[in-house]
Amino acid sequence: MHVIIENGRIIDPANQLDCVANLYLADGKIAAVTNPPDGFQADMRLDASGQIVCPGFIDLSTRLREPGQSRKATFKSEVIAAASSGVTSLCLQPDTSPVIDTPAVAELIKELANKAGYRQILPIAALTRKLEGNELSSMLALKQAGCIAVSNAGAPVTNLLILRRAMEYAASHDLLLIFRPNDYWLGNKGCAHEGAIATRYGLPGIPDAAETIALAHCLELAELTGCRVHFGQLSCKRSVIKIQQAQKYGLAVSADVAIHQLHLTENDMIPFDSAYHVLPPLRTEADKQFLRQGLASGTINCICSDHQPHDVDAKLGAFPETEPGISSLETLLPLTLKLVEQHAIDLQQAIAALSQHPADILRLNKGALTPGLPADICVFDPEREWQVNPSTWKSQGCNTPYWQHTLKGRVTHTLQAGKLIYRLHEPA
Amino acid sequence: MSTNLQLNAEGKLKHFLSIEGLDKTLLTEILDTAESFIGMNDQQIKKVPLLRGKTIVNLFFENSTRTRTTFELAAKRLSADVLSMSIATSSTSKGESLLDTIRNLEAMYVDMFVVRHGISGAAHFIAQQTAPHISVINAGDGQHAHPTQAMLDMFTIRQVKRDFAALRVAIIGDILHSRVARSQIQALNTLGVAEIRVIAPKTLLPAHVEKLGVTVCHDLPNGLQDIDVIIMLRLQKERMTSALLPSESEYFRCFGLTEQKLKIAKPDAMVMHPGPINRGVEIDSKVADGAQSVILKQVSNGIAVRMAIMAMAMQKQGRVA
Repeated sequence: MHVIIENGRIIDPANQLDCVANLYLADGKIAAVTNPPDGFQADMRLDASGQIVCPGFIDLSTRLREPGQSRKATFKSEVIAAASSGVTSLCLQPDTSPVIDTPAVAELIKELANKAGYRQILPIAALTRKLEGNELSSMLALKQAGCIAVSNAGAPVTNLLILRRAMEYAASHDLLLIFRPNDYWLGNKGCAHEGAIATRYGLPGIPDAAETIALAHCLELAELTGCRVHFGQLSCKRSVIKIQQAQKYGLAVSADVAIHQLHLTENDMIPFDSAYHVLPPLRTEADKQFLRQGLASGTINCICSDHQPHDVDAKLGAFPETEPGISSLETLLPLTLKLVEQHAIDLQQAIAALSQHPADILRLNKGALTPGLPADICVFDPEREWQVNPSTWKSQGCNTPYWQHTLKGRVTHTLQAGKLIYRLHEPA
Repeated sequence: MSTNLQLNAEGKLKHFLSIEGLDKTLLTEILDTAESFIGMNDQQIKKVPLLRGKTIVNLFFENSTRTRTTFELAAKRLSADVLSMSIATSSTSKGESLLDTIRNLEAMYVDMFVVRHGISGAAHFIAQQTAPHISVINAGDGQHAHPTQAMLDMFTIRQVKRDFAALRVAIIGDILHSRVARSQIQALNTLGVAEIRVIAPKTLLPAHVEKLGVTVCHDLPNGLQDIDVIIMLRLQKERMTSALLPSESEYFRCFGLTEQKLKIAKPDAMVMHPGPINRGVEIDSKVADGAQSVILKQVSNGIAVRMAIMAMAMQKQGRVA
């Protein structure tokens, strides 16, 4: 299968490319940019004039709810949401039911992904058995079964000796630890940022120290153990400062931020809007601005969706009793482009944060338009506006705070290994 | 926003969920309406037919004696039919069951829910979900709000002090866990007192409490100077076991209100407590039962104030006789 994507603005941060040109794909791989390879005969032509052509997005944190919670979402429903959002690789958090702590569960995920017709669901293995924080998981076997990294998802490893050993063991097998810092005790089962808003509404608060203290512990252990660590879903200013200091000091650590943390704050949940119930909680305007700066300076170099689809009931209740999370795959690109529009980052940085940098962190041979790499491509119209409403929504999870919002930036084509897995069927 | 939720299109009270979003005029209207009911307590026939034919359900997901009783009496004195339900919540019961309870009661054609629930935001949630003709009165939700208690406290303060403008009010004790304190602070600020001082150790104060519009003090004798109104809060025993305080006796030594400490406040300072009181923990018996205490007056006023709020919330559709 030979494909030409014609006349698009090609943005490929890894190769420092930004030009209007044709992109040539052959047999599932990138064949050439600008000039066709000798004797290239196209089987399919995609017109990308006025659109941006870039590497497909790699999402470092998603939940597709299978296995175990198919009432919330299924692979089938969520891979369509992913494809329509330009996401070509999905990292799956291990807090499924059962937990991804045995090769059998990793195999099951591969099978479910194949059935759903989406090849690149990358399971993250549990760091500890059942995510209980007591015993190490069989990390090597899980790696061999296709797990891309290890993580304890949102569950705590309260005993630092166990965390140390888990990190040492992960380091011995050159496994990446993806760590969401949250001190269980300081978190105190809270549901909102410990600040003026939580105080006003009597909501149990989570101080930012719950994040920064856990982060500091893990940074120390990263140095002690030599484990490669990527910090997931940072939410506050002092976390960014800590990562910055560690990087300056020479520790090989990286970090991501969930897209909603770059746009929303504690003020958005007033008075009790469960659509804004997320963990880590939405924090202050100052935190949001600092996260944006961290992204601009490269301290944080990835944006993830932290996609967490829910059924309706999960969000129906008094705020503290509802389940945290946003169904966020479909708003990932438009909200990232909004950062560009608001001059927080430039377009190259935005695309790199969604493709090149996650690929580097996961050591995937992806995230660029270099000839020879798998043809994972996203084509999007950066100017096209669309309204978030049930008729356009793909995810089974309807838990988004963006209902009825008009967003700018719409994916028109998504290719995975050269295969067209999504095409927008809406008149412009 | 809560404001829209609580008021109907004409700006009249529809639900009473929180003091936040209600202006001084409306709060004063509540106090004035309560004033008109207060004389009834002494009459032979303590009833008016304002809510005849209306069905009010007291939905108590948390234990309460005083609040439930006064709500029940208030409803009965307005001639409503009252059903009081105590619903024990197991830790596993979630929003679904709360919603199901509401839906089932709605199907029985009730006109008003009076709700007490252990989770902040529960009353808002019910008001959002319930049928449009039903009013919801918050009788305490988690650590968020207890607006009827705050209004009966405002009523009692006005009864004794006449005017709010010059008053310095001290709220003492467990502000962190207190929905009463949050509602009182909002009401006092809306009614325009001169100062609200919260006095407690840091472990019993929520983060950024000063943003509620209060000054903060960690020392009782210092904090009591120039004070006109002293509001003591109940201290729950479990605060010791959760490492918020070392012991009851140390708490009493530092923050307990004794006759001696009371003398630091203005000579005509009034002493209030939302009850139930812990004698010898936050307040000395001599103070609780003393001349400056209005604790029992607060309880009596609770009936008139709750009558006023219920009557006003029912007035919204012009269906009150």
